[in-house]
Amino acid sequence: MKNIQIILLMMVFYIFLNAVGGLPIVGDVDSPAATHISPRYIEKSYKETGSKNFVTAVLADYRAYDTLGETVVIFTAGVATVLILKVFQKEK
Amino acid sequence: MNSQNQSIIIKTAFRYAIPFIFLYAIYVLTHGEYSPGGGFQAGGLMAIIVVLSRLVEGDKAQINISGNKAFILAGVGTFIYALVGWVTMAFGGNFLSYSFLPIDVADKYRHQWGILSIEIGVTICVMATIITIYDAITTKGEKDAE
Repeated sequence: MKNIQIILLMMVFYIFLNAVGGLPIVGDVDSPAATHISPRYIEKSYKETGSKNFVTAVLADYRAYDTLGETVVIFTAGVATVLILKVFQKEK
Repeated sequence: MNSQNQSIIIKTAFRYAIPFIFLYAIYVLTHGEYSPGGGFQAGGLMAIIVVLSRLVEGDKAQINISGNKAFILAGVGTFIYALVGWVTMAFGGNFLSYSFLPIDVADKYRHQWGILSIEIGVTICVMATIITIYDAITTKGEKDAE
């Protein structure tokens, strides 16, 4: 049983090693991540959003819907914590 | 926590630290457009003020938001965020497309107002949620009260 586990792990390791060869070099300007949507943010985000900070422009303007989700997650975490931990006292 | 037992050093340091923490929270909130930071961090800083006040002054905390009020505020903060999206939808745009905000300024500044509005919503939500959680884990139960 243990041998099968080790053999499976070695197979997965071999697949991962092969996959590493296909990854773009870190900082490569021609990689898909750097050519798809980043130039749009870098060149036009100040004109389009008025924010001098790319991070804020992406976080609060282009991906504002995503940030709304994060806020709702935090609110939900608060609600869940209250429901589990708080002691609701009986009204007399 | 009994407030009489606190040393005068802690009380005085607390009194002098509060304005600076509050000012820094406002700075992080309003300056979030230009530098790293924003609603989440500002909310954490503001919550620290209330938590510190409860730690130092105990039951007689002067800067205090009770658990129930904080619970409501958390919802209000999330609602402010969604409200900005709904306003832009009501004026003919997509959800959260700030160009359609009904403010009579240039398009760039409309985006800035929109970003500031949602950051304020996030700040209120994060602040109130932290206070709510702190309140939930420190409230005395019925058995403790007896």
